Amino acid sequence: MTHGGSDGLAVDAEVRRGSFTLAVSFAAAPGQVLGVLGPNGAGKSTLLSAVAGLTPVSAGRIMLAGQLMDDADAGTFVEASGRPVGFVFQNYRLFPHLTVAENVAFSPRARGLGRRAARSAASHWIDRLGLTDLAGRKPGQLSGGQAQRVALARALAGQPALLLLDEPLSALDAGTRLDVQAELKRYLAEFTGPCLLVTHDPLEALVLADQLIVLEGGRIVQEGTPAHIARRPATNYVAKLVGLNLYSGHADGSQVALTTGGAFVIPDQGQHGDVLVAMRPSAVVVSTQRPQPSSARNTWPAKVVGLTLLADRVRLDLEGQPPVLVDVTPAAVAELSLDPGSQVWLTVKATDLEVYTHAERQPA
Amino acid sequence: MGMLTAPSHLTARERARRAARGGASRSVPAPLLAPALIAAGFLVLPLVGLLIRAPWRNLGAVLRGSDVTQALVLSVWTATATTAISLVIGVPLAWVLARGSFPGQRLLRALVTLPLVLPPVVGGVALLLAFGRTGFIGRYLDSWFGLTIPFTPVAVVMAETFVAMPFLIITVEGALRSADQGFEEAAATLGAKRMTVFRRVTVPLIAPSLGAGAVLCWARALGEFGATITFAGSFPGQTETMPIAVYYALETDPDAAIALSLVLLLVSVVVLFSLRDHWLRGGSVT
Repeated sequence: MTHGGSDGLAVDAEVRRGSFTLAVSFAAAPGQVLGVLGPNGAGKSTLLSAVAGLTPVSAGRIMLAGQLMDDADAGTFVEASGRPVGFVFQNYRLFPHLTVAENVAFSPRARGLGRRAARSAASHWIDRLGLTDLAGRKPGQLSGGQAQRVALARALAGQPALLLLDEPLSALDAGTRLDVQAELKRYLAEFTGPCLLVTHDPLEALVLADQLIVLEGGRIVQEGTPAHIARRPATNYVAKLVGLNLYSGHADGSQVALTTGGAFVIPDQGQHGDVLVAMRPSAVVVSTQRPQPSSARNTWPAKVVGLTLLADRVRLDLEGQPPVLVDVTPAAVAELSLDPGSQVWLTVKATDLEVYTHAERQPA
Repeated sequence: MGMLTAPSHLTARERARRAARGGASRSVPAPLLAPALIAAGFLVLPLVGLLIRAPWRNLGAVLRGSDVTQALVLSVWTATATTAISLVIGVPLAWVLARGSFPGQRLLRALVTLPLVLPPVVGGVALLLAFGRTGFIGRYLDSWFGLTIPFTPVAVVMAETFVAMPFLIITVEGALRSADQGFEEAAATLGAKRMTVFRRVTVPLIAPSLGAGAVLCWARALGEFGATITFAGSFPGQTETMPIAVYYALETDPDAAIALSLVLLLVSVVVLFSLRDHWLRGGSVT
């Protein structure tokens, strides 16, 4: 990852809250949308809070646009109101007593413009985000998608050097989410500063972010491009999000001994040592009888313990060495009479296994 | 198992109610009914008596009597001044109690709300001991500035403020505690400094509670008797407020007393309805 340099955001800090510690080190360059993906309680909101100045760091420092925002050692701290940061909150937090126009004009006014100048600054953003017809409405009269745009306009009207988005689409219903997501992607592309986008939705992260960091238990467990993380997840949490089977094991040439028990034959690329193996659930072939020897190099017995109907396929939860999730068609389930308790044979080609090493990222 | 009670008659109306809203019988058990009726009668009948005995025919003339008008005018302006003063100094105190964090905060809250339960007469005595001519503050006001507070309209306002301001403070403090501080955080990230946040976000968001607190404070000030008569006395036109006028008029001019009581009753009903509206809306902002 590139260093934030003088224009971007650079965070190398710890925030302690009771027994929870967030310890992260990362940078975001201008124009970059950095996605922060993680389960609930991973510290995503704490991170945004620290960057915005709502929570001081316990150790380390935060730099933004070449300025020191927070430095625990030196005691330097810029209050939230003094930071050039635009924050789009999860539930938007639009001021219910102000109209859309007044909400958007809030920041220019609070940052010292007169009433008229603030209004005209606001109207620029109101027009730009297509809110002209809604300018006189109160937040209570807006749809979820409209409220989201107002929240974005309000944050941008303060001319921030950094944009923070906390679960920007989570308050929307599924129907409007895709439209708003496409819209948001367009606006984010126009924003010249760095943008930090927190989400627990992998699709949102994959679509909106240029670069991702995965946060678990207050630590960064993986970082990279969305495509890279989707193909080579480093933890079970990410593997589950992107729908892959993930195993850790020890490689020795063409063999990987798995920590869950069992072993895989892999294409020999001279790998030795600890590796991760990712496998698509649709890559596995299920048979009710032991298959004839074939070009597929991995065959092992397993027992069906669960079946879940997904949109157009059935996901089998199989116990064996190793355990695995497999996607088959509903027709296959019927023809093979698969039930919980059925004994089956599984086959997967060595070339369908993604084998890679994961250097455990040590927090600073 | 056999039948436990004989079948009773269920009216068509009661059948419709139970079908629509569910639930079992709502008839009141007999042992509760009699005490409930006595309690309701006890609270309502005296007010009915007031309405029956009211000199409706010459009500206008009685109310226009000079003493009555004087008392009415004095009461309204002192109660209004009390409310204004309470807003200016009580709301900041409510903020400090709700949001501040300092040693002795709990003790301060207890002391501030004490006048809510303190007999008003005791408040009047305390004010007299502090601001009377020989009081530990009043002594200096007298010798340095030649100011004498007791038995003046200023004393009326002070007595009313002492008794009524805590109502405003606890109402506003409660609203500040339960207000969503997320809006204040949002305002801070938008560049608003602490005072701007208070002025443009906090106060508008608690406006309904602020209004309710002010009404409660005004009503309490209007009805104040014990502290006022103790600290300010009862000089007609100077310190004789409506409740005090009612008390004295009862001996000399019962019709005037009843007419004044009616006015106070009317004001109370209006206050109750304005507050009921606030409570029904649950203090919501929209």
